[in-house]
Amino acid sequence: MESDRIGPETGSLAFEETGMVFPDGTEALQDVSFTVDQGEFVTVVGPSGCGKSTLLKIASGLLEPTSGSVHADRDQLGYVFQDPTLQDWRTVQGNVELLAELHGVESQERKRIATAAIELVGLSGFEGHYPKALSGGMKMRCSLARSLTLKPPVFLFDEPFAAVDEITREHLNDETQRLFRTEGFAGLFITHSISEAVFLSTRVLVMSNRPGRIVEEFNINFDYPRLPELRFDPSFAELCGEVSLKLRGAHA
Amino acid sequence: MTNRSATQRPGAVQSLIERILPPITLGSGFVGVWYLLSYGLLEPRRRFLLRPPHEVVQVGFLDWDNLSDILLSLWSSTKVAMIGLAIAICIGFVLAILMSQAKVVERAIFPFMVTLQAIPILAIVPLIAFWFGTGQRSRVVVCVIISLFPIIVNTLFGLQSADRGLHDLFTLHHAGRVTRMRKLMFPAALPAIFAGLRISAGLSVIGAIVGDFFFGKGDAGIGQLLRRYANQLQGEELLAAVIMSSALGVTVFLSFGWLQQRAIGRWHETTTGVD
Repeated sequence: MESDRIGPETGSLAFEETGMVFPDGTEALQDVSFTVDQGEFVTVVGPSGCGKSTLLKIASGLLEPTSGSVHADRDQLGYVFQDPTLQDWRTVQGNVELLAELHGVESQERKRIATAAIELVGLSGFEGHYPKALSGGMKMRCSLARSLTLKPPVFLFDEPFAAVDEITREHLNDETQRLFRTEGFAGLFITHSISEAVFLSTRVLVMSNRPGRIVEEFNINFDYPRLPELRFDPSFAELCGEVSLKLRGAHA
Repeated sequence: MTNRSATQRPGAVQSLIERILPPITLGSGFVGVWYLLSYGLLEPRRRFLLRPPHEVVQVGFLDWDNLSDILLSLWSSTKVAMIGLAIAICIGFVLAILMSQAKVVERAIFPFMVTLQAIPILAIVPLIAFWFGTGQRSRVVVCVIISLFPIIVNTLFGLQSADRGLHDLFTLHHAGRVTRMRKLMFPAALPAIFAGLRISAGLSVIGAIVGDFFFGKGDAGIGQLLRRYANQLQGEELLAAVIMSSALGVTVFLSFGWLQQRAIGRWHETTTGVD
Protein backbone atom coordinates (compact mmCIF):
# COMPACT_ATOMS: atom_id res chain seq x y z
CA MET A 1 0.00 0.00 0.00
CA GLU A 2 2.18 2.79 1.24
CA SER A 3 4.72 1.14 3.44
CA ASP A 4 7.42 2.99 1.51
CA ARG A 5 6.65 6.33 3.15
CA ILE A 6 6.63 5.18 6.75
CA GLY A 7 8.97 6.42 9.37
CA PRO A 8 8.80 7.86 12.86
CA GLU A 9 9.15 11.41 11.54
CA THR A 10 6.28 11.24 9.07
CA GLY A 11 2.91 11.67 10.68
CA SER A 12 1.62 11.84 14.20
CA LEU A 13 0.82 8.18 14.24
CA ALA A 14 2.60 5.46 12.31
CA PHE A 15 2.18 1.69 12.37
CA GLU A 16 5.13 -0.23 11.00
CA GLU A 17 4.46 -3.86 10.18
CA THR A 18 2.67 -4.09 13.48
CA GLY A 19 1.57 -7.52 14.59
CA MET A 20 -0.17 -8.69 17.73
CA VAL A 21 -0.44 -12.22 19.03
CA PHE A 22 -2.14 -12.56 22.40
CA PRO A 23 -0.72 -14.94 25.04
CA ASP A 24 -3.54 -17.40 24.35
CA GLY A 25 -2.31 -17.71 20.74
CA THR A 26 -4.97 -15.53 19.11
CA GLU A 27 -3.40 -13.55 16.30
CA ALA A 28 -5.26 -10.25 16.32
CA LEU A 29 -3.16 -8.18 13.92
CA GLN A 30 -0.77 -9.10 11.15
CA ASP A 31 1.64 -6.83 9.39
CA VAL A 32 -0.34 -3.61 9.71
CA SER A 33 1.35 -0.54 8.24
CA PHE A 34 -0.13 2.91 7.77
CA THR A 35 0.29 6.46 8.98
CA VAL A 36 -2.06 9.18 10.09
CA ASP A 37 -0.82 12.72 9.62
CA GLN A 38 -1.93 15.88 11.32
CA GLY A 39 -5.11 17.01 9.58
CA GLU A 40 -5.96 13.49 8.45
CA PHE A 41 -8.99 11.56 9.60
CA VAL A 42 -8.49 7.87 8.98
CA THR A 43 -11.21 5.35 9.67
CA VAL A 44 -10.71 1.61 9.94
CA VAL A 45 -13.73 -0.53 9.10
CA GLY A 46 -13.77 -4.26 9.47
CA PRO A 47 -15.78 -7.25 10.60
CA SER A 48 -16.35 -7.43 14.33
CA GLY A 49 -13.64 -9.23 16.22
CA CYS A 50 -11.02 -8.47 13.57
CA GLY A 51 -8.75 -6.61 15.96
CA LYS A 52 -9.81 -3.04 15.34
CA SER A 53 -9.89 -2.14 19.02
CA THR A 54 -6.55 -3.84 19.52
CA LEU A 55 -5.17 -1.44 16.93
CA LEU A 56 -6.16 1.53 19.08
CA LYS A 57 -4.89 -0.04 22.27
CA ILE A 58 -1.53 -0.46 20.57
CA ALA A 59 -1.62 3.08 19.19
CA SER A 60 -2.25 4.44 22.68
CA GLY A 61 0.41 2.34 24.34
CA LEU A 62 -2.06 0.39 26.47
CA LEU A 63 -0.80 -2.73 24.66
CA GLU A 64 2.66 -3.48 23.34
CA PRO A 65 2.69 -5.03 19.85
CA THR A 66 4.38 -8.41 19.63
CA SER A 67 6.02 -7.56 16.32
CA GLY A 68 6.75 -4.43 14.35
CA SER A 69 6.43 -1.05 16.02
CA VAL A 70 4.22 1.96 16.39
CA HIS A 71 5.15 5.61 16.67
CA ALA A 72 2.67 8.00 18.18
CA ASP A 73 2.61 11.42 19.70
CA ARG A 74 1.23 10.11 22.99
CA ASP A 75 1.86 13.09 25.17
CA GLN A 76 -1.71 14.31 25.39
CA LEU A 77 -3.54 11.63 23.56
CA GLY A 78 -7.27 11.86 23.02
CA TYR A 79 -9.02 8.53 23.39
CA VAL A 80 -12.78 8.08 23.17
CA PHE A 81 -13.92 4.64 24.23
CA GLN A 82 -16.89 2.56 23.12
CA ASP A 83 -18.64 3.52 26.35
CA PRO A 84 -18.71 7.09 27.63
CA THR A 85 -16.73 5.90 30.73
CA LEU A 86 -17.84 8.87 32.79
CA GLN A 87 -17.37 9.06 36.54
CA ASP A 88 -20.86 8.80 38.04
CA TRP A 89 -19.84 10.83 41.06
CA ARG A 90 -18.74 13.84 39.06
CA THR A 91 -20.95 16.34 37.29
CA VAL A 92 -20.49 17.04 33.59
CA GLN A 93 -18.14 19.87 34.55
CA GLY A 94 -16.16 17.61 36.90
CA ASN A 95 -15.91 14.83 34.34
CA VAL A 96 -14.66 17.18 31.65
CA GLU A 97 -12.08 18.62 34.04
CA LEU A 98 -10.69 15.18 34.93
CA LEU A 99 -7.83 14.94 32.44
CA ALA A 100 -6.61 18.47 33.08
CA GLU A 101 -6.73 17.58 36.76
CA LEU A 102 -4.58 14.48 36.17
CA HIS A 103 -2.08 16.66 34.33
CA GLY A 104 -1.93 19.08 37.23
CA VAL A 105 -3.54 22.07 35.54
CA GLU A 106 -4.57 24.58 38.20
CA SER A 107 -8.23 25.01 38.97
CA GLN A 108 -9.01 28.36 37.28
CA GLU A 109 -7.46 27.28 34.00
CA ARG A 110 -9.08 23.85 34.29
CA LYS A 111 -12.46 25.43 34.69
CA ARG A 112 -11.90 27.65 31.69
CA ILE A 113 -10.85 24.88 29.29
CA ALA A 114 -13.62 22.60 30.53
CA THR A 115 -16.23 25.28 29.95
CA ALA A 116 -14.88 25.83 26.44
CA ALA A 117 -14.93 22.10 25.66
CA ILE A 118 -18.47 21.74 27.02
CA GLU A 119 -19.58 24.57 24.79
CA LEU A 120 -17.82 22.98 21.81
CA VAL A 121 -19.86 19.78 22.12
CA GLY A 122 -23.09 21.65 22.80
CA LEU A 123 -23.56 20.65 26.42
CA SER A 124 -23.70 24.18 27.85
CA GLY A 125 -26.35 24.40 30.54
CA PHE A 126 -25.74 20.83 31.67
CA GLU A 127 -22.51 21.50 33.58
CA GLY A 128 -24.10 20.66 36.91
CA HIS A 129 -25.82 17.46 35.80
CA TYR A 130 -24.68 14.05 36.95
CA PRO A 131 -24.26 11.32 34.31
CA LYS A 132 -27.33 9.45 35.56
CA ALA A 133 -29.45 12.38 34.37
CA LEU A 134 -27.98 12.40 30.83
CA SER A 135 -29.11 10.55 27.72
CA GLY A 136 -26.75 8.19 25.90
CA GLY A 137 -25.91 10.80 23.28
CA MET A 138 -25.24 13.47 25.90
CA LYS A 139 -22.95 11.14 27.83
CA MET A 140 -20.98 10.56 24.65
CA ARG A 141 -20.73 14.32 24.08
CA CYS A 142 -19.46 14.71 27.63
CA SER A 143 -16.87 12.01 26.94
CA LEU A 144 -15.84 13.83 23.75
CA ALA A 145 -15.53 17.11 25.64
CA ARG A 146 -13.32 15.43 28.25
CA SER A 147 -10.92 14.25 25.53
CA LEU A 148 -10.91 17.67 23.87
CA THR A 149 -9.67 19.55 26.96
CA LEU A 150 -6.05 18.62 26.38
CA LYS A 151 -6.11 19.72 22.71
CA PRO A 152 -4.86 16.30 21.66
CA PRO A 153 -2.69 16.19 18.55
CA VAL A 154 -3.76 12.56 18.08
CA PHE A 155 -7.34 11.52 18.62
CA LEU A 156 -8.39 7.87 18.82
CA PHE A 157 -12.04 6.87 18.56
CA ASP A 158 -13.05 3.30 19.41
CA GLU A 159 -16.55 2.85 17.93
CA PRO A 160 -17.75 5.71 20.08
CA PHE A 161 -21.24 6.03 18.63
CA ALA A 162 -22.15 2.36 18.29
CA ALA A 163 -24.61 2.45 21.17
CA VAL A 164 -26.65 5.53 20.25
CA ASP A 165 -29.62 5.70 17.91
CA GLU A 166 -29.24 6.55 14.21
CA ILE A 167 -30.32 10.20 14.40
CA THR A 168 -28.14 10.94 17.42
CA ARG A 169 -25.30 9.17 15.66
CA GLU A 170 -25.61 11.42 12.62
CA HIS A 171 -25.64 14.49 14.85
CA LEU A 172 -22.56 13.28 16.66
CA ASN A 173 -20.89 12.58 13.32
CA ASP A 174 -21.61 16.14 12.19
CA GLU A 175 -20.06 17.42 15.37
CA THR A 176 -17.05 15.14 15.25
CA GLN A 177 -16.39 16.41 11.76
CA ARG A 178 -16.72 20.01 12.92
CA LEU A 179 -14.29 19.33 15.79
CA PHE A 180 -11.85 17.75 13.36
CA ARG A 181 -12.06 20.89 11.21
CA THR A 182 -11.56 23.31 14.09
CA GLU A 183 -9.02 21.33 16.13
CA GLY A 184 -7.01 19.87 13.25
CA PHE A 185 -5.93 16.73 15.07
CA ALA A 186 -4.80 13.47 13.49
CA GLY A 187 -7.83 11.23 13.88
CA LEU A 188 -7.98 7.46 13.90
CA PHE A 189 -11.55 6.24 14.03
CA ILE A 190 -12.86 2.69 14.39
CA THR A 191 -16.36 1.75 13.33
CA HIS A 192 -18.34 -0.89 11.53
CA SER A 193 -20.72 1.63 10.02
CA ILE A 194 -19.64 2.27 6.44
CA SER A 195 -21.60 5.49 5.99
CA GLU A 196 -20.12 6.86 9.21
CA ALA A 197 -16.64 5.97 7.94
CA VAL A 198 -17.13 7.59 4.54
CA PHE A 199 -18.84 10.67 5.95
CA LEU A 200 -16.13 11.48 8.46
CA SER A 201 -12.87 10.45 6.87
CA THR A 202 -10.19 11.63 4.55
CA ARG A 203 -9.23 7.97 4.17
CA VAL A 204 -10.99 4.68 4.88
CA LEU A 205 -9.03 1.50 5.52
CA VAL A 206 -10.72 -1.88 5.22
CA MET A 207 -9.53 -4.54 7.58
CA SER A 208 -9.77 -8.29 7.01
CA ASN A 209 -11.10 -10.96 9.29
CA ARG A 210 -8.77 -12.16 12.03
CA PRO A 211 -5.82 -11.87 11.88
CA GLY A 212 -6.57 -8.26 10.95
CA ARG A 213 -4.72 -6.91 7.94
CA ILE A 214 -5.35 -3.76 5.94
CA VAL A 215 -6.74 -5.08 2.66
CA GLU A 216 -7.87 -1.90 0.94
CA GLU A 217 -7.55 1.84 1.17
CA PHE A 218 -10.03 4.43 -0.09
CA ASN A 219 -9.30 8.12 -0.36
CA ILE A 220 -12.42 10.12 0.35
CA ASN A 221 -12.23 13.37 -1.54
CA PHE A 222 -15.42 15.19 -0.58
CA ASP A 223 -14.75 18.78 0.45
CA TYR A 224 -15.07 19.88 4.06
CA PRO A 225 -17.26 21.03 5.64
CA ARG A 226 -19.42 18.08 4.70
CA LEU A 227 -23.08 18.82 5.05
CA PRO A 228 -25.55 16.26 6.39
CA GLU A 229 -27.12 16.17 2.89
CA LEU A 230 -23.94 14.58 1.56
CA ARG A 231 -25.31 11.29 2.86
CA PHE A 232 -27.96 11.39 0.11
CA ASP A 233 -25.51 12.19 -2.68
CA PRO A 234 -25.26 9.45 -5.36
CA SER A 235 -21.45 9.58 -5.36
CA PHE A 236 -21.52 9.12 -1.57
CA ALA A 237 -23.74 6.06 -1.96
CA GLU A 238 -21.50 4.73 -4.70
CA LEU A 239 -18.40 5.05 -2.53
CA CYS A 240 -20.20 3.36 0.37
CA GLY A 241 -21.09 0.56 -2.02
CA GLU A 242 -17.47 0.07 -2.99
CA VAL A 243 -16.30 -0.03 0.62
CA SER A 244 -19.13 -2.41 1.42
CA LEU A 245 -18.10 -4.72 -1.39
CA LYS A 246 -14.52 -4.83 -0.09
CA LEU A 247 -15.77 -5.43 3.41
CA ARG A 248 -17.84 -8.39 2.22
CA GLY A 249 -14.69 -9.75 0.65
CA ALA A 250 -12.92 -9.27 3.94
CA HIS A 251 -15.66 -11.15 5.75
CA ALA A 252 -15.31 -14.19 3.52
CA MET B 1 -34.07 12.41 45.88
CA THR B 2 -36.80 10.60 44.05
CA ASN B 3 -38.60 10.28 47.33
CA ARG B 4 -38.35 13.96 48.09
CA SER B 5 -39.80 14.91 44.75
CA ALA B 6 -42.54 12.32 45.17
CA THR B 7 -43.87 14.12 48.23
CA GLN B 8 -44.13 17.31 46.23
CA ARG B 9 -46.35 15.82 43.59
CA PRO B 10 -50.10 15.94 43.88
CA GLY B 11 -51.35 12.69 45.33
CA ALA B 12 -48.48 12.71 47.79
CA VAL B 13 -50.86 12.06 50.67
CA GLN B 14 -52.23 9.06 48.86
CA SER B 15 -48.78 7.67 48.18
CA LEU B 16 -47.87 8.22 51.85
CA ILE B 17 -50.93 6.24 52.86
CA GLU B 18 -50.05 3.52 50.40
CA ARG B 19 -46.64 3.32 51.94
CA ILE B 20 -47.48 3.30 55.64
CA LEU B 21 -50.80 1.50 55.61
CA PRO B 22 -49.43 -2.02 54.95
CA PRO B 23 -46.87 -2.03 57.79
CA ILE B 24 -49.41 -0.47 60.18
CA THR B 25 -51.94 -3.15 59.30
CA LEU B 26 -49.42 -5.91 59.78
CA GLY B 27 -48.19 -4.34 63.03
CA SER B 28 -51.73 -4.13 64.42
CA GLY B 29 -52.29 -7.74 63.44
CA PHE B 30 -49.13 -8.65 65.30
CA VAL B 31 -50.30 -6.87 68.47
CA GLY B 32 -53.67 -8.62 68.09
CA VAL B 33 -52.01 -12.03 67.97
CA TRP B 34 -49.94 -11.04 70.98
CA TYR B 35 -53.10 -10.25 72.98
CA LEU B 36 -54.63 -13.49 71.78
CA LEU B 37 -51.65 -15.47 73.02
CA SER B 38 -51.50 -13.60 76.34
CA TYR B 39 -55.15 -13.87 77.22
CA GLY B 40 -56.39 -16.74 75.12
CA LEU B 41 -53.63 -19.29 75.20
CA LEU B 42 -51.90 -18.73 78.53
CA GLU B 43 -53.75 -19.45 81.72
CA PRO B 44 -53.44 -16.62 84.30
CA ARG B 45 -50.77 -18.28 86.40
CA ARG B 46 -48.55 -18.77 83.36
CA ARG B 47 -49.24 -15.33 81.92
CA PHE B 48 -45.87 -14.03 83.16
CA LEU B 49 -44.38 -15.80 80.12
CA LEU B 50 -45.96 -13.32 77.76
CA ARG B 51 -47.38 -10.18 79.32
CA PRO B 52 -49.97 -8.37 77.23
CA PRO B 53 -48.71 -5.32 75.32
CA HIS B 54 -50.27 -2.64 77.49
CA GLU B 55 -48.60 -4.03 80.62
CA VAL B 56 -45.26 -4.08 78.85
CA VAL B 57 -45.76 -0.43 77.92
CA GLN B 58 -46.89 0.46 81.43
CA VAL B 59 -44.06 -1.24 83.27
CA GLY B 60 -41.29 -0.94 80.76
CA PHE B 61 -41.86 2.46 79.17
CA LEU B 62 -44.06 4.50 81.47
CA ASP B 63 -42.25 3.69 84.72
CA TRP B 64 -39.34 6.13 84.70
CA ASP B 65 -37.13 3.98 86.97
CA ASN B 66 -37.33 1.05 84.59
CA LEU B 67 -37.12 3.17 81.47
CA SER B 68 -34.05 5.05 82.67
CA ASP B 69 -32.37 1.71 83.48
CA ILE B 70 -33.07 0.50 79.97
CA LEU B 71 -32.02 3.75 78.30
CA LEU B 72 -28.77 4.04 80.26
CA SER B 73 -27.66 0.51 79.47
CA LEU B 74 -28.79 0.95 75.89
CA TRP B 75 -26.63 4.05 75.65
CA SER B 76 -23.66 2.16 77.06
CA SER B 77 -24.13 -0.59 74.47
CA THR B 78 -24.54 2.00 71.70
CA LYS B 79 -21.18 3.53 72.60
CA VAL B 80 -19.55 0.09 72.55
CA ALA B 81 -21.11 -0.70 69.17
CA MET B 82 -20.04 2.61 67.62
CA ILE B 83 -16.46 2.36 68.92
CA GLY B 84 -16.28 -1.22 67.65
CA LEU B 85 -17.71 -0.20 64.30
CA ALA B 86 -15.27 2.71 63.97
CA ILE B 87 -12.33 0.40 64.64
CA ALA B 88 -13.70 -2.19 62.21
CA ILE B 89 -14.05 0.51 59.54
CA CYS B 90 -10.44 1.60 60.00
CA ILE B 91 -9.06 -1.96 59.93
CA GLY B 92 -11.42 -2.93 57.10
CA PHE B 93 -10.47 0.03 54.91
CA VAL B 94 -6.75 -0.51 55.40
CA LEU B 95 -6.98 -4.23 54.63
CA ALA B 96 -9.28 -3.74 51.63
CA ILE B 97 -7.04 -1.04 50.18
CA LEU B 98 -3.96 -3.23 50.63
CA MET B 99 -5.77 -6.16 49.04
CA SER B 100 -6.88 -4.00 46.11
CA GLN B 101 -3.29 -2.99 45.38
CA ALA B 102 -1.82 -6.43 44.90
CA LYS B 103 -3.49 -9.72 44.09
CA VAL B 104 -0.93 -11.55 46.21
CA VAL B 105 -1.99 -9.61 49.32
CA GLU B 106 -5.62 -10.44 48.58
CA ARG B 107 -4.78 -14.13 48.20
CA ALA B 108 -2.85 -14.04 51.46
CA ILE B 109 -5.43 -12.26 53.59
CA PHE B 110 -8.76 -13.42 52.22
CA PRO B 111 -8.81 -17.02 53.53
CA PHE B 112 -8.19 -15.75 57.05
CA MET B 113 -10.98 -13.25 56.74
CA VAL B 114 -13.35 -16.01 55.66
CA THR B 115 -12.19 -18.12 58.58
CA LEU B 116 -12.72 -15.25 61.00
CA GLN B 117 -16.19 -14.80 59.57
CA ALA B 118 -16.96 -18.50 59.89
CA ILE B 119 -16.12 -18.72 63.62
CA PRO B 120 -19.35 -18.58 65.61
CA ILE B 121 -19.02 -15.53 67.82
CA LEU B 122 -20.28 -17.42 70.88
CA ALA B 123 -17.41 -19.87 70.50
CA ILE B 124 -14.74 -17.23 70.82
CA VAL B 125 -16.38 -15.15 73.52
CA PRO B 126 -14.71 -17.24 76.27
CA LEU B 127 -11.40 -16.86 74.48
CA ILE B 128 -11.85 -13.12 74.28
CA ALA B 129 -12.69 -12.99 77.99
CA PHE B 130 -9.58 -15.06 78.62
CA TRP B 131 -7.34 -12.66 76.71
CA PHE B 132 -8.91 -9.28 77.20
CA GLY B 133 -10.79 -9.71 80.47
CA THR B 134 -14.47 -9.11 80.88
CA GLY B 135 -14.49 -5.30 80.67
CA GLN B 136 -15.32 -2.72 78.00
CA ARG B 137 -12.36 -3.77 75.89
CA SER B 138 -13.72 -7.26 75.31
CA ARG B 139 -17.13 -5.90 74.37
CA VAL B 140 -15.50 -3.73 71.73
CA VAL B 141 -13.41 -6.64 70.45
CA VAL B 142 -16.56 -8.70 69.88
CA CYS B 143 -18.07 -5.82 67.89
CA VAL B 144 -14.96 -5.48 65.77
CA ILE B 145 -14.77 -9.19 64.97
CA ILE B 146 -18.43 -9.48 64.09
CA SER B 147 -18.61 -6.35 61.93
CA LEU B 148 -15.26 -6.51 60.14
CA PHE B 149 -16.04 -8.98 57.38
CA PRO B 150 -18.83 -7.14 55.52
CA ILE B 151 -16.75 -3.96 55.53
CA ILE B 152 -13.70 -5.68 54.04
CA VAL B 153 -15.63 -7.66 51.44
CA ASN B 154 -17.79 -4.76 50.29
CA THR B 155 -14.96 -2.25 50.26
CA LEU B 156 -12.73 -4.61 48.30
CA PHE B 157 -15.53 -5.43 45.88
CA GLY B 158 -16.22 -1.71 45.45
CA LEU B 159 -12.58 -0.83 44.87
CA GLN B 160 -12.34 -3.53 42.23
CA SER B 161 -15.56 -2.46 40.54
CA ALA B 162 -14.13 0.71 38.99
CA ASP B 163 -14.68 0.79 35.24
CA ARG B 164 -11.94 -0.77 33.07
CA GLY B 165 -12.16 2.06 30.57
CA LEU B 166 -11.58 4.62 33.30
CA HIS B 167 -8.59 2.61 34.50
CA ASP B 168 -7.24 2.73 30.94
CA LEU B 169 -7.85 6.47 30.87
CA PHE B 170 -5.90 6.93 34.11
CA THR B 171 -3.10 4.78 32.69
CA LEU B 172 -2.99 6.83 29.50
CA HIS B 173 -2.57 9.97 31.53
CA HIS B 174 0.11 8.53 33.78
CA ALA B 175 -1.84 8.60 37.03
CA GLY B 176 -0.02 7.13 40.04
CA ARG B 177 -1.41 4.67 42.58
CA VAL B 178 -2.52 7.34 45.03
CA THR B 179 -4.30 9.40 42.38
CA ARG B 180 -5.94 6.28 41.01
CA MET B 181 -7.15 5.35 44.48
CA ARG B 182 -8.32 8.85 45.38
CA LYS B 183 -9.94 9.88 42.12
CA LEU B 184 -11.12 6.57 40.73
CA MET B 185 -11.23 3.49 42.93
CA PHE B 186 -12.40 5.01 46.20
CA PRO B 187 -15.27 7.10 44.83
CA ALA B 188 -16.34 4.19 42.64
CA ALA B 189 -16.38 2.00 45.75
CA LEU B 190 -18.63 4.30 47.80
CA PRO B 191 -21.97 2.63 46.99
CA ALA B 192 -20.58 -0.78 47.92
CA ILE B 193 -18.88 0.65 51.01
CA PHE B 194 -22.17 2.04 52.25
CA ALA B 195 -23.91 -1.27 51.60
CA GLY B 196 -21.25 -2.93 53.76
CA LEU B 197 -21.47 -0.24 56.43
CA ARG B 198 -25.18 -0.74 56.91
CA ILE B 199 -24.77 -4.48 57.37
CA SER B 200 -21.83 -3.98 59.71
CA ALA B 201 -23.55 -1.29 61.76
CA GLY B 202 -26.41 -3.69 62.47
CA LEU B 203 -23.98 -6.49 63.27
CA SER B 204 -21.95 -4.34 65.65
CA VAL B 205 -25.12 -3.59 67.64
CA ILE B 206 -25.70 -7.34 67.88
CA GLY B 207 -22.05 -7.76 68.84
CA ALA B 208 -22.37 -5.18 71.61
CA ILE B 209 -25.41 -6.93 73.08
CA VAL B 210 -23.99 -10.44 72.77
CA GLY B 211 -20.65 -9.33 74.23
CA ASP B 212 -22.36 -7.53 77.07
CA PHE B 213 -24.43 -10.59 77.81
CA PHE B 214 -21.28 -12.50 78.69
CA PHE B 215 -18.98 -9.85 80.14
CA GLY B 216 -19.82 -8.64 83.62
CA LYS B 217 -17.25 -5.96 84.32
CA GLY B 218 -17.30 -2.34 83.19
CA ASP B 219 -20.44 -0.41 82.35
CA ALA B 220 -23.31 -2.84 82.16
CA GLY B 221 -25.05 -2.64 78.83
CA ILE B 222 -28.37 -3.86 77.57
CA GLY B 223 -27.14 -7.46 77.49
CA GLN B 224 -26.54 -7.51 81.25
CA LEU B 225 -29.94 -5.94 81.80
CA LEU B 226 -31.66 -8.55 79.61
CA ARG B 227 -29.94 -11.25 81.58
CA ARG B 228 -31.01 -9.75 84.90
CA TYR B 229 -34.63 -9.31 83.81
CA ALA B 230 -34.73 -12.88 82.54
CA ASN B 231 -33.24 -14.28 85.74
CA GLN B 232 -35.69 -12.36 87.90
CA LEU B 233 -38.66 -13.29 85.71
CA GLN B 234 -39.44 -9.62 85.03
CA GLY B 235 -41.35 -10.36 81.84
CA GLU B 236 -42.59 -6.82 81.17
CA GLU B 237 -39.18 -5.23 81.56
CA LEU B 238 -37.59 -8.03 79.56
CA LEU B 239 -39.90 -7.47 76.60
CA ALA B 240 -39.48 -3.71 76.85
CA ALA B 241 -35.71 -4.10 76.78
CA VAL B 242 -35.92 -6.44 73.78
CA ILE B 243 -38.12 -3.92 71.94
CA MET B 244 -35.68 -1.13 72.73
CA SER B 245 -32.74 -3.23 71.52
CA SER B 246 -34.42 -3.80 68.18
CA ALA B 247 -35.27 -0.11 68.05
CA LEU B 248 -31.57 0.60 68.44
CA GLY B 249 -30.75 -1.76 65.57
CA VAL B 250 -33.37 -0.14 63.36
CA THR B 251 -32.18 3.36 64.27
CA VAL B 252 -28.59 2.51 63.40
CA PHE B 253 -29.67 0.93 60.10
CA LEU B 254 -31.79 3.96 59.16
CA SER B 255 -29.07 6.42 60.19
CA PHE B 256 -26.59 4.80 57.86
CA GLY B 257 -29.19 4.76 55.10
CA TRP B 258 -29.68 8.47 55.67
CA LEU B 259 -25.94 9.05 55.68
CA GLN B 260 -25.64 7.14 52.42
CA GLN B 261 -28.39 9.21 50.85
CA ARG B 262 -26.62 12.38 51.94
CA ALA B 263 -23.22 11.22 50.75
CA ILE B 264 -23.92 9.62 47.39
CA GLY B 265 -27.65 10.04 46.74
CA ARG B 266 -27.01 12.87 44.30
CA TRP B 267 -25.24 10.64 41.80
CA HIS B 268 -26.14 7.10 42.72
CA GLU B 269 -29.54 5.42 42.55
CA THR B 270 -29.84 3.43 45.74
CA THR B 271 -32.45 1.78 47.80
CA THR B 272 -31.67 3.07 51.24
CA GLY B 273 -34.57 1.68 53.19
CA VAL B 274 -35.26 5.27 54.30
CA ASP B 275 -38.44 5.84 52.35
